[in-house]
Amino acid sequence: MLHIFCPHCGELRSEEEFHASGQAHIPRPLDPNACTDEEWGDYMFFRDNPRGLHHELWIHVAGCRQYFNATRDTVTYEILETYKIGEKPQFTAKASGEKV
Amino acid sequence: MTAANVYQQRPTTGAKAESSLHHADLASLVGKGRKNAGVTVREKKLLGHLTLRGDGHDAAFAAGVHKAVGIELPGPLSVVFKGETSLQWLGPDEWLLIVPSGEEFAAEQNLRAALGDLHIQIVNVSGGQQILELSGPNVRDVLMKSTSYDVHPNNFPVGKAVGTVFAKSQLVIRHIAEDTWELLIRRSFSDYWWLWLQDASAEFGLSVQA
Repeated sequence: MLHIFCPHCGELRSEEEFHASGQAHIPRPLDPNACTDEEWGDYMFFRDNPRGLHHELWIHVAGCRQYFNATRDTVTYEILETYKIGEKPQFTAKASGEKV
Repeated sequence: MTAANVYQQRPTTGAKAESSLHHADLASLVGKGRKNAGVTVREKKLLGHLTLRGDGHDAAFAAGVHKAVGIELPGPLSVVFKGETSLQWLGPDEWLLIVPSGEEFAAEQNLRAALGDLHIQIVNVSGGQQILELSGPNVRDVLMKSTSYDVHPNNFPVGKAVGTVFAKSQLVIRHIAEDTWELLIRRSFSDYWWLWLQDASAEFGLSVQA
C-alpha cells in the first residue's frame, strides 16, 4: 500500500484515503466562444497518456477533502512530489531530460 | 451583515427530539454488559454542530472567530476545547464548531456579527452528524482494528483530530484525553457504527454510559 503526502494535512496518509482525478494543469480556454470545435474538443475530452512523469490531480477524499496535484511516474508508480494547486511542480519531464 | 437566512432550527416548544441512534435505545443498556469493560461508549447527542468556512490566512477572519468563539483558529489536524465548546480544523478553509445543545443559534449569530462582510460560510449541520465518545483502556485496540491510520500516541497525541477511513467507511477521529476518543459520525451511518462498535468491542467488553 502506498503512502501519499497530503500537502494540506501535512503528513503521509494511506492511499485508500485518496482518489485520483485525472490530468492536472488543464487551463480552461479564456474565451470558449472563440474556440474552434477542435480546440474545445481537445480541452474537453483529450488527455495526455505519457509513459513516465505525469502531473495529476488527486483529492484527499477521506481526510481534508481538498484537491492537490501530484507528479507520478506512470511506469514505476513512484509519486515524486505532491503540491498545492497553484504551485509549480519541481519535477518535470523537461528537467529530467526525458523526451516528451 | 449578510443576507443569509439565519433562524432557530431547533424546536423551542419542547417537541420530542430523537438522535440518530434513538432506535438502539442506548439508555436501556446502561449498567448492562460486562463489569470492568474495556470500552465504554457514550452518545453525545443533539449537540450544535456548525461548519465554518473562510480564509484561514486572513487575520481579520482569525480575529473574528477568536472574538466570537473565544478559541484561536486551530491549525491542521487539531481540535481545541474550551469547556463544552470545541473548534476543529477540517481542512485548510474549513472548521467545525461544536457547542452545547441549543447554543448553536446564538453561536452562529455571534460569528456572523464578528465576521461582518468577510467572504465566509456558516452552516448548521447539527442534524447531519453526531459524536460517539469512547473511553476505556481498550479503545485504542478497537481503533486499531478499524482504521489503517496510526493511532499510537506518538503519532496521534491528545488534541489531534483526523478524518480518515474507518471500517469500510469514513469518519473523523478526535483524541480528547489519554483514554478518551471521539468519533464524529454521519447520522445515516449511525446504525452501522453502533453495530460495528459492538462487534469490534465484544472481546474487550462493552458498556454503555448515559
